[in-house]
Amino acid sequence: MDEKSTASLEATPEQILYAKILEWGMYIGLLILFITFGLYTIGIMDPYIPMNKISGYWNLNVHDYLEHTGIKDGWAWVHMVKYGDFVNFIGIAILAGVTSICYAAIVPTLLKSKDIVYVILAVLEVIVLTAAASGILAVGH
Amino acid sequence: MGKNGKLWVIILVCLFSLPVLISPAFAEVSAEAASNGHAWWFWPLILFIITFIMGIFAVLGGVGGGVLYVPIISGFFPFHLDFVRGTGLLVALSGALAAGPGLLKMNLASLRLAIPVALIASTCAIIGAMIGLALPTNIVQIALGATIIGICVLMLTAKKSELPDVPKADRLSSALNICGVYQEASSGEIIDWKIHRTPLGLALFILIGIMAGMFGLGAGWANVPVLNLLMGAPLKISVATSKFLLSITDTSAAWIYMNKGCVIPMMVVPSLVGIMLGSFVGVHLLKIAKPTFIRWMVIAILAFAGVKALSKGLGF
Repeated sequence: MDEKSTASLEATPEQILYAKILEWGMYIGLLILFITFGLYTIGIMDPYIPMNKISGYWNLNVHDYLEHTGIKDGWAWVHMVKYGDFVNFIGIAILAGVTSICYAAIVPTLLKSKDIVYVILAVLEVIVLTAAASGILAVGH
Repeated sequence: MGKNGKLWVIILVCLFSLPVLISPAFAEVSAEAASNGHAWWFWPLILFIITFIMGIFAVLGGVGGGVLYVPIISGFFPFHLDFVRGTGLLVALSGALAAGPGLLKMNLASLRLAIPVALIASTCAIIGAMIGLALPTNIVQIALGATIIGICVLMLTAKKSELPDVPKADRLSSALNICGVYQEASSGEIIDWKIHRTPLGLALFILIGIMAGMFGLGAGWANVPVLNLLMGAPLKISVATSKFLLSITDTSAAWIYMNKGCVIPMMVVPSLVGIMLGSFVGVHLLKIAKPTFIRWMVIAILAFAGVKALSKGLGF
């Protein structure tokens, strides 16, 4: 009984794999975010919105903010990473994207253990997160 | 001054500064400061200080950073609710990402329990985010205020059960093989756990997901009671799985806000760093602080922020 309980105390292989990828994604995302924020605030990279103007925009709703600044929504930020403010989105996107990678990574392990229901659930979750990330679901004011 | 003495000084400074920072007088000063056009670093610095204090309170009060962040920052700072919700989700997401790997490795967070729950909650968080972004701001603000007051009531009334009695696992959880074993660190006891009322629990995560996405709140305040009291997971498993769940639920909603343009790095990074550093200090203070008193104070601050959100939404 003890032996069985001790064995069961350990996390499953897919859980350990998920945790390792999540951990690396979190560290890489945060590191990049802090470095790029330093480049932005120290002034090494010029921002799209000047520092002294930003406080005039964050009290607007997002529709007016985008209209006044000329910023496009969705993945348009990718074309603006040369600017100090938009380069920060790389770290943010990694933090928001790592969960999809974790799910995709555990699918082969679940398949190996013939855990078909959880394979389906994991694939569905990847689809949901990819749809959210794609920008096709964006709505607004 | 001894180590404990210094920690008490920090606690006292925080206890006195947070109510001051969320007071109406501070709100007036904030509005005046915004109109006076302070240096660009003024608001990010204030944001960093307040989120640092918030991080301490979140740990000591046993709540997530997101649930404190959105009502307080939207109520008392010059930032629009759209950006506060986007940032609030990223704050809650970062906290969950930081805690998730350790909780999974220790087998306290259960991936098997989280996967079906997360699929429902994250899908509904997308719907919630879309609803929240489509509705007029004042309506969202009123609903946020009502929700925050509801959370206070929940915090005041909800009981917790270390090891709920689950006579028999239900058919769905048996089919999905949602069960586990963990070792209680304090007693060394090996605890086998299983869950029941799974269909009802999963149905409630529809509502939890919508609210998380709509208001940009982390959903730990709702996850834990449902997992623990309704579905019968042990308290430690519920708390750990809830924290990990936020990394999935908040991810889906965060993408919606990010794609809509509701993310301003000058708000996100100071908030993230503030909450994370505050949480580190909070964990150390946890050894000497009186959690009951601080929990009461957190509830009082939340209630005040909830009333403020309501009055702001109603235009008072």
